[in-house]
Amino acid sequence: MSERPRIIGIDLGTTNSLVAYVDDRTGLPRVIPDEQGRRLLPSVVAFTPDGVVVGEAARRQLVRRPGSTVYSVKRFMGRGYDDVKDELKYFPFVVRPADGIVRLEVGGREVTPPEVSAVILRALKDRAERHFGHPVEQAVITVPAYFNDSQRQATRDAGRIAGLDVVRIVNEPTAASLAYGLQRLKEGLIAVYDLGGGTFDISILRVKDGIFEVLATNGDTHLGGDDFDRVIMLWLLEDVQAQHHRELACRPVDLARDNEAMQELRLAAEAAKIRLSGELRTTLTIPFEDFTYSREIARTEIERLIEPLVQKTLGPCRQALRDAGLRPAEVDEVVLVGGSTRVPLVRRRVQELFGRAPHSQLDPDEVVALGAAVQAQILAGGITDMLLLDVTPLSLGIETLGGVVSVLIPRNTTIPTSAREMFTTSVDGQTVVDMHVLQGERELAKDCRSLARFELRGIDPMPAGMPKIEVAFLIDASGILQVTARELRTGKAASIEVKPTYGLTEADVGRMVEESFQYAEADVEARMLIEVRNEADTVMTHVRRALRQAGDLVAADERERIAAALAALEAARAGEDRDLIRERTTALNRATEHLAEVMMDSALRGALGTRRAAEIMGEAGEGGTPPSRKDA
Amino acid sequence: MNHFEVFGLPRRLGIDAARLQERFYELSRRWHPDFHAAARPEARARALEESARVNAAYRTLRDPIARVEYLVRLEQGRETREGAVVKPQAPPELLEEMFEIQEALAEARAGGLDDTARKTLATQRERLQARMGEEEARIVGPLSAAWDAAGPGERAAILAALEQALATRAYLRTVIEDLEQAVEGAGGEAG
Repeated sequence: MSERPRIIGIDLGTTNSLVAYVDDRTGLPRVIPDEQGRRLLPSVVAFTPDGVVVGEAARRQLVRRPGSTVYSVKRFMGRGYDDVKDELKYFPFVVRPADGIVRLEVGGREVTPPEVSAVILRALKDRAERHFGHPVEQAVITVPAYFNDSQRQATRDAGRIAGLDVVRIVNEPTAASLAYGLQRLKEGLIAVYDLGGGTFDISILRVKDGIFEVLATNGDTHLGGDDFDRVIMLWLLEDVQAQHHRELACRPVDLARDNEAMQELRLAAEAAKIRLSGELRTTLTIPFEDFTYSREIARTEIERLIEPLVQKTLGPCRQALRDAGLRPAEVDEVVLVGGSTRVPLVRRRVQELFGRAPHSQLDPDEVVALGAAVQAQILAGGITDMLLLDVTPLSLGIETLGGVVSVLIPRNTTIPTSAREMFTTSVDGQTVVDMHVLQGERELAKDCRSLARFELRGIDPMPAGMPKIEVAFLIDASGILQVTARELRTGKAASIEVKPTYGLTEADVGRMVEESFQYAEADVEARMLIEVRNEADTVMTHVRRALRQAGDLVAADERERIAAALAALEAARAGEDRDLIRERTTALNRATEHLAEVMMDSALRGALGTRRAAEIMGEAGEGGTPPSRKDA
Repeated sequence: MNHFEVFGLPRRLGIDAARLQERFYELSRRWHPDFHAAARPEARARALEESARVNAAYRTLRDPIARVEYLVRLEQGRETREGAVVKPQAPPELLEEMFEIQEALAEARAGGLDDTARKTLATQRERLQARMGEEEARIVGPLSAAWDAAGPGERAAILAALEQALATRAYLRTVIEDLEQAVEGAGGEAG
């Protein structure tokens, strides 16, 4: 153990989250794996009758418990209902407006996005504590560079609810540049193109003498791999409906309204995207309740679907270059960050824009967490020759007469930074002045993002225009706004009441912190039991469906063997013996191997004519296929 | 402490950009909150304040136009902003043309803008952009140099000239933005 406080670096992603730290011995950042050696924690939280489950175990419930399993919660952080209502139809859980924020209705309770994120953060905190063998209290958490003040506040609130002191919020692309800086970055002008699961950022930096100075940043907080999946999913849905209209006609519910089926489709769309990033063609097989869909897809088909989305990232790139006063050719290096930059079309378009091949030597899924660890180490005093000078992504202003915004701090200003503005009264004897603070690039207040309303109180009654109230706006190194005010004639500090437009109040967060202790997750033992039970449930669901759909394709004695294994697992699941449940889950998997093969063969014969199933078992084995696979 | 004092510079407009950046990095290393994270709360607050001051000063001083705007405010004792005090003003030699442009803009807003009119507006926008470029060059070039060379008795006159030039630039900028909107807005409708 070192004498310095241990600060961990967390990448709280839309799809996956990670925790990392800098190894004092080597001075290099490392991702902390879980007990099974997995490095990524899927950002999925399931609210089950047995308790809260997070990560891989929760991800496996997406299909079985769509209504109470939350994914991509990052898209809701710091958002109001109007911001997200258009995309709600794609989410299987219920989202309600609630006083500036949204609440998710899951598993019979209502939770806010920061509370869901807190579950993910707590799992990462636990992971780190197990790794170090001592408690961890401080963390650096990354956010998309283009996150506004409300979204940053929500992230910090999530940390507090998880029992973490968030010592710094760092922008993801700049964190990535730190990870590269430590290991292999040359000095010069760098563009970091960061396309994640739900967000896009572009940052332009100058690296010189250990200083990482961000010159400009831009992005879109609602654009990422999720959107790729969605367009592919909608296309698949049409194709399923065309190919299987007869079977679908007999279903009681429309396929598009069937949450389970839509989750299957979403996961299949994701799997197709991933496979087609490496291969030119792939075969997709999706088992539904009463039929199995299968088809071959070419990379070019997917590229046609996602092209408009990839194009949407190029506008922010050009704007960031303009803001930095640079031409694309002046950039010395282009770094790719985020899982979605594995998509070949993305790489091609980035290369065309900058006129040079982008590089991604560090794992694009891990580089942000590694950078967060580097920033944590800087804050802990362990690195003194590197300094990140980041900027505020959006202009900050106040509403003036006529609803026009007066900009106080323009975008791309290095933070921390402050600005002062003089206010006065407009009516004789006025003792309260209202202020409306906004963030955004538009001229009118109604087109910008409302951050908060402030009330300056306790102004001495004077004729209109006499009081001189100086208001100071300070954006700290995390990109979060603080406001203070004083009356210049009397010199006394004016009291300010803050009403955040979007987000939790101080009291809300306090209550949630307490609740999180009350409902503190069951201890590790209990959680592991929940995980094995969930695994068992998933396998049993698949097997029951397989028996219904294709039981008559195998001999009677095989059906009986499977039924016996199923019954044995059911009995074990009712008990609390983890090892027994795990053992019988494996046994059931093994008992159904042949059935799975037969099903696949039959589905593929239907879809592909003469091509033998065994030839394509490898590619089709991923994703939403039945649980067992042929041993290698 | 004003922005010039933060960087230990006299109130002059000629500033060496490379030297300014070097000094900015030095001050950042000294005051950035990253290097004071483990300090006592008062020391942390001080670092935050100083660092914000350094960044605000750098933002203003590194941009030659913002530097002039700031100097004018500073000389007039209006360091804290109170909205625009100097009204944007049309350059006298362009008054007649401005009248025509405003008319065309009003027409565009009313919805009637044919291809020829749009082309005329685009040409006018380009000319105004060139004119604004000239004004900026005058501000950061001869006028800034004149300020730096001026004795105490000449300063008031130069300050007034700077203020006038900034007002002209502000006016041109507003009209250019309006023209941009009109030209692009109309293009969008046509497409």
